[in-house]
Amino acid sequence: MLPLMKPFVTPAALATKLRVEHVNMVFNRDGDSTHVLNDINLEVGDGEFVCLLGPSGCGKSTLLSTMAGFLSPTGGDIRIDGEVVRGPDPRRIFVFQERGVFPWLTVEGNIGFGLFKLPRAERERRIAYYVKMVGLEGFEKTYPPELSGGMKQRLEVARALAVNPDMLFLDEPFGALDSITRLIMRGELLRIWEAERKTIIFVTHDIDEAVQLADRVVVMSARPATIQQIVTIDVPHPRDISSPHYLELRDGILKQIGLAHKL
Amino acid sequence: MKYADGRIPRRRDIPRPPIGHLRYTFFTLLDRLSLTNIKILDVNRPSISNLLVRLRPVAFITLFLTIWQFAISRHPVHLLPTPVEVVGGIGDLVQHGLLLKYVVASLFRVTWGYVLAVVLAIPLGLAIGWSRRAEMAFNPLIQILRPISPLAWIPIAILWFGVGDLAAIFLIFLGCFLPLLLTAINAVQSIPAVYINAGRNFGLGSVELVYRVLYPAVVPQLIVGLRITLGIAWLVVVAAEMIAVNSGLGFLIVDARNAGNRYDLVVAGMVLIGIIGLLLDMGIRSLEKVKSFRWSYSED
Repeated sequence: MLPLMKPFVTPAALATKLRVEHVNMVFNRDGDSTHVLNDINLEVGDGEFVCLLGPSGCGKSTLLSTMAGFLSPTGGDIRIDGEVVRGPDPRRIFVFQERGVFPWLTVEGNIGFGLFKLPRAERERRIAYYVKMVGLEGFEKTYPPELSGGMKQRLEVARALAVNPDMLFLDEPFGALDSITRLIMRGELLRIWEAERKTIIFVTHDIDEAVQLADRVVVMSARPATIQQIVTIDVPHPRDISSPHYLELRDGILKQIGLAHKL
Repeated sequence: MKYADGRIPRRRDIPRPPIGHLRYTFFTLLDRLSLTNIKILDVNRPSISNLLVRLRPVAFITLFLTIWQFAISRHPVHLLPTPVEVVGGIGDLVQHGLLLKYVVASLFRVTWGYVLAVVLAIPLGLAIGWSRRAEMAFNPLIQILRPISPLAWIPIAILWFGVGDLAAIFLIFLGCFLPLLLTAINAVQSIPAVYINAGRNFGLGSVELVYRVLYPAVVPQLIVGLRITLGIAWLVVVAAEMIAVNSGLGFLIVDARNAGNRYDLVVAGMVLIGIIGLLLDMGIRSLEKVKSFRWSYSED
């Protein structure tokens, strides 16, 4: 084990929301078995913003899918609020890397998708609130194929927030966007997070993105993925991305990633 | 073409052409009859040149008919009836009250055979496509039955149902059932997993998942399948009527030849089949224009 690895580190003030215990994942396909996750241990506090950072194909998306309940780990447990995760749950919404908005529904229809149990008036009030929050006013009746990539991504975030989940899982949500839109979206996500204080697990392979957003960055190794290091980004928002401390943290992670490739 | 904010212009954003309502309707009709997907509407062009562009298919058909008329009338051996004779043949059919009767008879059989196939094949196909085990069980049988032409079933259809409507309906049903079944199976299997996962994530039960995610996700592919299959149904009815019944457009063609070599009626029957087939296709194509169905046709 690497000396830098510090499992079960949580800022003392936060109650534990999510606990990943000795999670292993082995895929069997056509007689070949692929070891994707190797003894992952992680604890995430309530309201914390955690980035999973690692090289492409290292298994960080697999880990996120297991946390969301789409996949069951082949070993170990994932507990949220003390309960073992057995499947997807509307209290924890996954925002997909691919475009997960439903193209057959309008902007309104998409945001209201998870609100089918609410009375009509309350549903409409929430739809209007989140349309406004993500800046899609005037597009309520528009179908997703007529929206730009950034608008679709905001729509998907709005659809997730509308059901008022405790947790959000974001799988490289801004990967397909151009760099300017990506910067704007990061700012908006932080604004939403600061306003609503959801627990956010954010998967990315972009070191700058991770350091700009997260309270803690979980650096993962190449496959089979292990947790290489957990870096606490103790820089208050809005972050000065040219301050010496910020750069020091960023370069430290960069070194870790380089190390991960050599292993 | 897109606006700066990424929207694609909609039809109502495009200005109406500066022409009268009647002429606009006439142009639109020509557009539809031109049988191409290319819209030749260009509001910046003067309306005379617009008219010429739109008249192109009509002009071409006229030219074709003229050549046909002259070629046949100059040729000593009567290989085909001339267009004039065909029009006369259609006139004869109208006079004897057969036109409407035969068209209705053919459409009646197509409707029943097609509707039965749609009602049975689509739910079954969706179910088979959803379950990997069902797909593995049914697929070999489907693949063996698929290359058998529905016409090969004619003797069996007559054995089971006798000479009459039921046999023809059965043949149309057979012709439509397997293509629709396969379309439905493929449609379910090609739903992106993210839609299913998103549906489950928002807490949908299995019934809700079917009608809120599965069904809307497959509709565009089903519409394509419905369109192709309606074409098949119309092909099969003509063949079935030549053998299994004694009314309808297929029967008209065989009967006109057998009872006195009335080739004007044969070609009249063919022309009617073509026109009705075109109208059926235009009808079902209008489904593709429904907004919440159209997402898979637009560029993303």
